[in-house]
Amino acid sequence: MATYSTNEFRSGLKILMDGDPCTIVENEFVKPGKGQAFSRVKIRNLKTGRVVDKTFKSGETVEAADVLETEMQYLYEDGEFWHFMVADTFEQYAADAKAVGDSAKWLKEQDMCQITLWNNAPILVAPPNFVVLEVTETDPGVRGDTAQGGVKPATLSTGAVVRVPLFLEIGDVIKVDTRSGEYVSRVKD
Amino acid sequence: MALSADWRPGADIGTLRLRAELLRRIRRFFEREGVLEVETPALSRAATTDPHIHSMTATTASGGPRFLHTSPELAMKRLLAAGVGDIFQVCRVFRGEESGARHNPEFSMLEYYRTGMDHHDLMRDLANLIAAVTAGWLDLGEPDFVSYARAFSEFAGCDPFSDDATTMAAAISARGIDVPDSILDERDALIDLAMAALVSPQMGHGRIGFVYDFPLQQAALATIRPGDPPVAERFEAFIGGMELANGFNELRDAAEQRRRFDADLVRREHLRLPRVAVDERFLAALEAGMPACAGVALGLDRLLMLVAGADTLDKVLAFGWDRV
Repeated sequence: MATYSTNEFRSGLKILMDGDPCTIVENEFVKPGKGQAFSRVKIRNLKTGRVVDKTFKSGETVEAADVLETEMQYLYEDGEFWHFMVADTFEQYAADAKAVGDSAKWLKEQDMCQITLWNNAPILVAPPNFVVLEVTETDPGVRGDTAQGGVKPATLSTGAVVRVPLFLEIGDVIKVDTRSGEYVSRVKD
Repeated sequence: MALSADWRPGADIGTLRLRAELLRRIRRFFEREGVLEVETPALSRAATTDPHIHSMTATTASGGPRFLHTSPELAMKRLLAAGVGDIFQVCRVFRGEESGARHNPEFSMLEYYRTGMDHHDLMRDLANLIAAVTAGWLDLGEPDFVSYARAFSEFAGCDPFSDDATTMAAAISARGIDVPDSILDERDALIDLAMAALVSPQMGHGRIGFVYDFPLQQAALATIRPGDPPVAERFEAFIGGMELANGFNELRDAAEQRRRFDADLVRREHLRLPRVAVDERFLAALEAGMPACAGVALGLDRLLMLVAGADTLDKVLAFGWDRV
């Protein structure tokens, strides 16, 4: 089994902690002048997203996690799994609700997503930073109010609800930042 | 990335100029004070016995391996025993497996000795030196002096002289620091973690912060002052939470020094570290008699980080470890 020693620690390294795949976010080498050296690291659990502080004595080893981040195209959802495909190899992967999590509301067929594979199974699905989606439900638009700051809720084709400017209508297509869940702009056909 | 794509220095030209000026100021200070500049070999037959400092090895064409010095201390003490008087040295020292934002395996050390001074005199002297060489660059208030025991009670909530490992581990955890299982019963490692993670970051803000009178197991090459508890006459200096210097009221007793080396060798064996040769010429020099003195080693690259406002050593070194 592959292991990493603390002197190989760097941000982005994938390791196993308490059986879960994690990534090192930050690594700080500390050592009192004549004393024991330590690595103080911030570790993100790739399944839960939680970040914790851990201390390792210098020279200690941790198990490597077989984690790969790959770009895949979202194909469809079958009620239980979300299916993705690697564009160049046509290899397909099925992600369950736990892996997809909140990302589900941004997934539009054919969009390219970032899939984290652990032991070759999807554990995390990240939507593109920006998605273009159609408004399927919202209050009628207020004409001529393109400059004012007012907003209203709008439901999008994927089920996501975002706050949009008052002038938008059902059928309009908009660009949304999935990281903040905020409306960016209207997309003209 | 191809190595050739990254040929540029980590420090900008302005920082390289600052380094040169810092060195000029240090030499000017010591010239005024009548302290002699010396050079001692970077390669030695003996390696450091300190289990937490790793000597690098150099191969030679004949005569076996030599060790790169981790500090010029022992050689300079041989000069002191020879009657040279007050001395200083600026040199590159080498410590394996120390790498990070504030550690580079090869770094510049200023080491100096003052005869007739104890560690308290030397703390004052070092404060004067730092004030003189950073004048116009760093705005430092009056130095702060705190004993090791008080610094721990204040910032780590424990007593490094009397608390057991369980109590210390609980105190460190209670302050939000993760304690690895592997050190739960290692008092010394717990003390080191508390120092690095809790005490050090609090020291020397807007001034030089001195911590003095260390636990005996950290005496290294310092004299021990009897008392309740007895303490090692050692100090460390911090600015902005960063350790800058380490000094001793120097141990002059050859027999005691040999006992400490031997104790180090036993600890090295427990840790399965390579056995190293003890510096017999240094012990012979102590046997012959070294004048009462205090000495200190200061990390020049870290001082330059403060002067340049840099957050990593890489930004003050021409070529840090990842660029060589």
